[in-house]
Amino acid sequence: MDALKSEIQTFYKYKDLVIQLVSRDLKLKYRRSFLGYVWSVLNPLLIMIVMTIVFSTMFDKHIENFPVYLLTGRTLFEFMTTSTNAAMRSIIANASLIKKTYVPKYIFTFAKVTSCLVDFVLSLGALLIVMIVTRAKFTPYFFLFPLVVIQIYIFCMGLGLFLAQANVFFRDMQYIYKAVTTAWMYLSAIFYPLASLPVQLQNFIKTFNPLYYYIQQFRDFIYDGRMTEPRVFIMGWIIAFVMLGIGTWTFKRSQDRFILYI
Amino acid sequence: MEEKYIIEVNDLTIRFNLASEKVDNLKEYFVKLVKKELMFQEFLALKDINLKIKKGEAWGLIGTNGSGKSTLLKAISGIMKPYKGEVIVRGEIAPLIELGAGFDMNLTARENIYLNGTVLGHSKKFMDEHFDEIVEFADLHQFLDSPIKNFSSGMKARLGFSVATMVNPDILVVDEILAVGDARFRKKCNQRMTQMLSGGTTLLYVSHNIDSVKKLCDHAIWINKGQQMMTGDVNTVCDAYMEALEQDKK
Repeated sequence: MDALKSEIQTFYKYKDLVIQLVSRDLKLKYRRSFLGYVWSVLNPLLIMIVMTIVFSTMFDKHIENFPVYLLTGRTLFEFMTTSTNAAMRSIIANASLIKKTYVPKYIFTFAKVTSCLVDFVLSLGALLIVMIVTRAKFTPYFFLFPLVVIQIYIFCMGLGLFLAQANVFFRDMQYIYKAVTTAWMYLSAIFYPLASLPVQLQNFIKTFNPLYYYIQQFRDFIYDGRMTEPRVFIMGWIIAFVMLGIGTWTFKRSQDRFILYI
Repeated sequence: MEEKYIIEVNDLTIRFNLASEKVDNLKEYFVKLVKKELMFQEFLALKDINLKIKKGEAWGLIGTNGSGKSTLLKAISGIMKPYKGEVIVRGEIAPLIELGAGFDMNLTARENIYLNGTVLGHSKKFMDEHFDEIVEFADLHQFLDSPIKNFSSGMKARLGFSVATMVNPDILVVDEILAVGDARFRKKCNQRMTQMLSGGTTLLYVSHNIDSVKKLCDHAIWINKGQQMMTGDVNTVCDAYMEALEQDKK
């Protein structure tokens, strides 16, 4: 119990560092671009337009309001990949600092995932714009979407911590993970309806793909405007915390050896 | 009554893996695993170091390159965990970060002051209060809003030194970085360090410049290949070290 208390105290001491790191990421990302923060919104919009042109003819019969269907899946997936990829490199990128001063190392990973979260929330503006333009229906369930954001944030934090420590010891983790995320994207029913897959594959995805739970909830709240299934909702939270547990445990176990490898 | 030491190092041993080829990717790891070439070649960077430092003392760490001076500093700062033995530190440590290490080259000097300060564990509020003081000491008013990548190494050193020393830390760690910077700033740094020492700060100073060690420090530890050769009064230790160097040359 005391250990936990001192952990929280150290975290509190370094909270301003987290804020500095997050604002650094955001500043550097947008500093030299003419459109500034608008890019966060514009980028998903442009991709959405391209994908809508390509895919809407293929799946038109099955999916009403394809742009919103696509964006609800894609923004979540995009957050997952960018945040975990950034988190994976967070320790190596700050090697010079970690070698010279004592800073709790998870701070860097934590800050990266958090700055991606800010970016993600900004990019939800694109979704809002598309919903208004396509006259999608708004229901009170819409306002439940922050619950999904919190779940996926916790999930990505856990996955990010795991990848960050693994990447210190095995630098080719990045390439392996790239292949994993590509497969993951095609198995996440982002731009096609899940129902168009064979039943066995559907069941496989519904059981083993963690992202399914988040995308499903997100779509229930925003796209369909209804309450999500209790099973999906509860599993979403369980998976998030299990992943966070795995991440913290592996990170804590190996962090003292980082210094010998970076 | 037992005396209170600010830093206590007891039988400290630090171990490295000195495998001929560093395996840092999964592919190689499996290849070596199959070929049974994965080995652990032990290398002791530090062997049974004992050191007791009282508050307000200034210690010089001397020794040839690769003798383990920086490793000892890392162990004291908590960056490296001891393999055997223990390190007890009773106070706040301010490490003087190696040139540019704590800085983000794309950020401006102003932003870097905040970033670096928070890395050292200070709060934003604290940095606000001391901001002017830092800029004053570093003497970089007109460059505050230009990115650090345009700075010379001397300017970066000035900025780093100012951020690290503006608090009165209990322990200041200086790892041979003050060789850069012009004479005027070096003098300013030395003054600041002397001033801090008289204010009760403990100094750990690594340098190959024996004269500056003698001038700043009152105690010294000489490390050679991870072994503690000699500990004690700065002049005695430095002279013995110089003598050993001379003999090596012959």
